[in-house]
Amino acid sequence: MDKVIIAENLSLSYKEFETIISKASFAIDAGSFVFITGASGSGKSTLLKSFYGAIEPRAGQLMVGGVKMSRISTSKLNFLRRHIGIVFQDYKLIKEWTIEKNVMLPLIISGYTKDISSSQVQKLLGHVKLIHQSGKFPLELSGGEQQRVAMARALAHNPILILADEPTGNLDEYSSQVIWNLLEGANTQLKTTVVVVTHNIPSSITVPYKHYHIEMGNIHEIA
Amino acid sequence: MKSLKNHISLIIALFTVLFSVQIYVAVDRTIEAYENRLKNDYSIIVVSNKTLSAAEFKAMDSIIERSESIATDQVLERLQGEMSKKNLDLLKLTLPKFYRLYLSRFPTPQEISKLQKRLQKHSSIERVEGYAQSHDTVYKLMLLFKDVVQIFSISIAAVTSLLILKEMRLWQFQHAERMSIMALFGAPVWLRSAVLFRLAIVDAIIATIVLCLAFFIIEQYGWMDLLLRTVGISIELFDFVNDAVRSLLIALGVSIVLTLMIVIGNEEEE
Repeated sequence: MDKVIIAENLSLSYKEFETIISKASFAIDAGSFVFITGASGSGKSTLLKSFYGAIEPRAGQLMVGGVKMSRISTSKLNFLRRHIGIVFQDYKLIKEWTIEKNVMLPLIISGYTKDISSSQVQKLLGHVKLIHQSGKFPLELSGGEQQRVAMARALAHNPILILADEPTGNLDEYSSQVIWNLLEGANTQLKTTVVVVTHNIPSSITVPYKHYHIEMGNIHEIA
Repeated sequence: MKSLKNHISLIIALFTVLFSVQIYVAVDRTIEAYENRLKNDYSIIVVSNKTLSAAEFKAMDSIIERSESIATDQVLERLQGEMSKKNLDLLKLTLPKFYRLYLSRFPTPQEISKLQKRLQKHSSIERVEGYAQSHDTVYKLMLLFKDVVQIFSISIAAVTSLLILKEMRLWQFQHAERMSIMALFGAPVWLRSAVLFRLAIVDAIIATIVLCLAFFIIEQYGWMDLLLRTVGISIELFDFVNDAVRSLLIALGVSIVLTLMIVIGNEEEE
């Protein structure tokens, strides 16, 4: 089976002599659903950041989508990011753009025509049950609605990999369920690899998944 | 509304830069016109014991544009009653030739001094009067005026630069979030900063149009033109083709440099 993410003796740190992840080795299969758990400050978000190139490996090797993440060039990183969908805990929506344009962002970046982008966005907004809100701005929506918009944006360009950092951290039950359903749907129907960083794995999850836990800078798989 | 306010701040800053540049250009034109007027009024008197042609004078110094012989008939006519015709004819033969020399440009006091020395070296020239004293006063006044305008323009440029820097920081702050979100989804730098460049270009065009309008109004009222005419100067304060193009290029240059600084600053932060 193809590997989307391969880490070999991966060490991550923000400052020298302050290792957050130490010599981690693991591989994530294409089309798999993975949870990464750990206590607050354990380094799970840092690990996720390394997957989309926001932090470079201090030591060891990290390959994402076949791209080596150490000393990666800007153009290569941009290319890789165009094939990844990211969901953040704080949504990271562009406040001055409408919901429709926010969801359209990855399609604009990938150079899709307006017609294709529009129909894709309408479809996704339908999935997240926000079609009637498409003309609104992010700050006019609730937290749950904003996260659903962020989820639609992450799915817009049919990415090979979805990275979600505490996607339901601050959400109500309904919005959380919509998010989990979408992540499961992307994994089962589109065979998209999903990596979710979270405190707790929801009991409602129906897809088979892998579980990695981070403790004291070490990452280990939980059977 | 907030965005409009930001636009206006940049447009005002750009307009101030353009306006101060245009004022400097207009003052420079005024000084040039005044220099030209002074040059036309200014001449050097040369006394020579033999006839000298214009070519001979030009060969002495390239600054000499033309020479004019000063007629002595009027002086001799006045002496007709007091002297015999024989003495008058003798005087006519021995009387030196007087020339008025006009220069190609308004000279500096050093140039006058050099020119005087050069003319005096000529064997047939007996005396040179450069009116250096009065020339020096006018010239120094003009230099003082030029310096004052220069200091004034630099002060305006400094204040405006501070305004633009402040505006730049505001832009950087406002657009950093959007640009970093776009970067997370793999947008190349040109796409991330396209909006900034578009805004900068639009603001530069608007600032140039406002400048053209301002000078159109100034010219329509005509008080500036009237003021200049009272000192015998007629200049074009604003050339609606060349000056407008130059102003647009300056505005575009300033705003594009400003945007590039924001983009580079944002890249470094990432």
